Amino acid sequence: MELFFDRLVVGLEQGAVYASVALALVLIYRTTSVVNFAQGELALFSTFVTWQLFEWGLPVGLAIVVSMALSFVGGAAIERAIIRPVGDASKNPLAIVIVTIGLLLALNALVKWIWGPEGRTFPKIFSANTIEIGGVSISYQALGILAVLAVELVLLYLLFQKTKLGLAVRSVASNNESSSLVGIPVGRMLMFGWGLAAAVGALAGALYASQLAVLDTTIFFQLLVYAFAAATLGGFDSPVGAVVGGLIVGVVTVMAGGYIGWLGEDLKLLAAFLVILVVLLVRPQGLFGKKQVERV
Amino acid sequence: MSGDLLEVAGLTGGYGPVQVLRGLDFGVAKGEVVVILGANGAGKTTTLRALCGMIAAKGTVVFRGSSALGRRPDQLVKVGMAHVPQGRGTITDLTVEENLRLGAFTRRDGEIGDDMDQWYEVFPRLAERRDQAAGSMSGGEQQMLAIARALMARPELVLLDEPSLGLAPIVTQELFERLGQINRDTGTAMLVVEQNANLALDIAARGYVLEAGKIVTSGSADELKGDEAVRKAYLGY
Repeated sequence: MELFFDRLVVGLEQGAVYASVALALVLIYRTTSVVNFAQGELALFSTFVTWQLFEWGLPVGLAIVVSMALSFVGGAAIERAIIRPVGDASKNPLAIVIVTIGLLLALNALVKWIWGPEGRTFPKIFSANTIEIGGVSISYQALGILAVLAVELVLLYLLFQKTKLGLAVRSVASNNESSSLVGIPVGRMLMFGWGLAAAVGALAGALYASQLAVLDTTIFFQLLVYAFAAATLGGFDSPVGAVVGGLIVGVVTVMAGGYIGWLGEDLKLLAAFLVILVVLLVRPQGLFGKKQVERV
Repeated sequence: MSGDLLEVAGLTGGYGPVQVLRGLDFGVAKGEVVVILGANGAGKTTTLRALCGMIAAKGTVVFRGSSALGRRPDQLVKVGMAHVPQGRGTITDLTVEENLRLGAFTRRDGEIGDDMDQWYEVFPRLAERRDQAAGSMSGGEQQMLAIARALMARPELVLLDEPSLGLAPIVTQELFERLGQINRDTGTAMLVVEQNANLALDIAARGYVLEAGKIVTSGSADELKGDEAVRKAYLGY
């Protein structure tokens, strides 16, 4: 039983990171209807920037914040320079998907070109100690990561529900043309959506690398698959769904890897794929997603 | 005839290679209601889309003393030109109140709440449904919302694209009475594109008749009501 609770905590801790990346996916999907395959590699790039800032002597927390700010600018620039010229995602989804896959490859290559292919040691953000709660020992890292996710979710909620900017972004997500007619600069809102997602991804990337204690160019592709599973499970248009989906995917994969002997550490990814498959077959809109209803 | 608020000369435009507008000259004065009549496909909607920057257009469009051509819709809202598009353009996922708040997106003053209360008073149905998704309302209610939202920007000129489309006759009548009232109370100028010529001419000072992308007749509302050809084609008697 103790092992079960240990695994539950580890699952939640890993799930929190999947949830963060899933949040970034949902943010872009909601604002621009683009499924951003490059989200993982964007986070990879941001995390290398964080690592570099840390190496230059910044405290790790400050390095993350600076990297998030830079990522915001970078994400907005990518929307303006690369995504928008391709055209409306709802009219031409295939072209956008191909562009984001191209971006995935390009960013990965760019990281290798700048920082080289070898792995790096990534600093621990949280203390390595554990705390005993009700007989289960929980690491400060698990608590810290879950707390960061909770704060992130609350801030995003406040941004989208309580501010004029958030309202404008939701309006653009719902209807570009009408938003423009009420006076919203649509292009700037799309850039904001991409920037925000890149910043959220930067934070998730730092948590992920800190969890693994290493940073290399191969690990973020896996992260993307878990995040896709999380977003699919929760519903691609629901931030709450992304978080719940992320936590479930984290727990399910850890449990599957732990209890199903032959699956082990290496095939854990298979559990994520299974989640995607089952959700798409049984409930395509996900747990919290809106069902697509066309009015004729 | 021209106007001191909006002055249009030689306006051409269309969709891609298809030219719909073949050189329009018209205008709207401050506080004036002007109607553009025309059959389906005459270019009424295209005219409004060209004015507010939704499609590329050529010619001269001077709004409040400066050129409006080549500017985006959101930039024109900022200088006082609001557009209630055909099909209303309410943001159906958002609530009535959120839609109204968005109408004031370009404003920075502290009277947004007061304005919202004012339009809730004019359109009590909207007040009843303020927390409801706009998409759940009837066509008439959504049209009211679209108009109230446009007025939240405190525009000098509102472009109205077939406000009666898809509405029951009784609702349409009420709608035009409200529009006339709003014009008298606030002095907001309106450029209304309509197939329902009777109601539109009742609240308009002047009108133009558009046929195949050209203005063929113009005059005061009374002159148009008295015009034999206009009566036969658009008034139905």
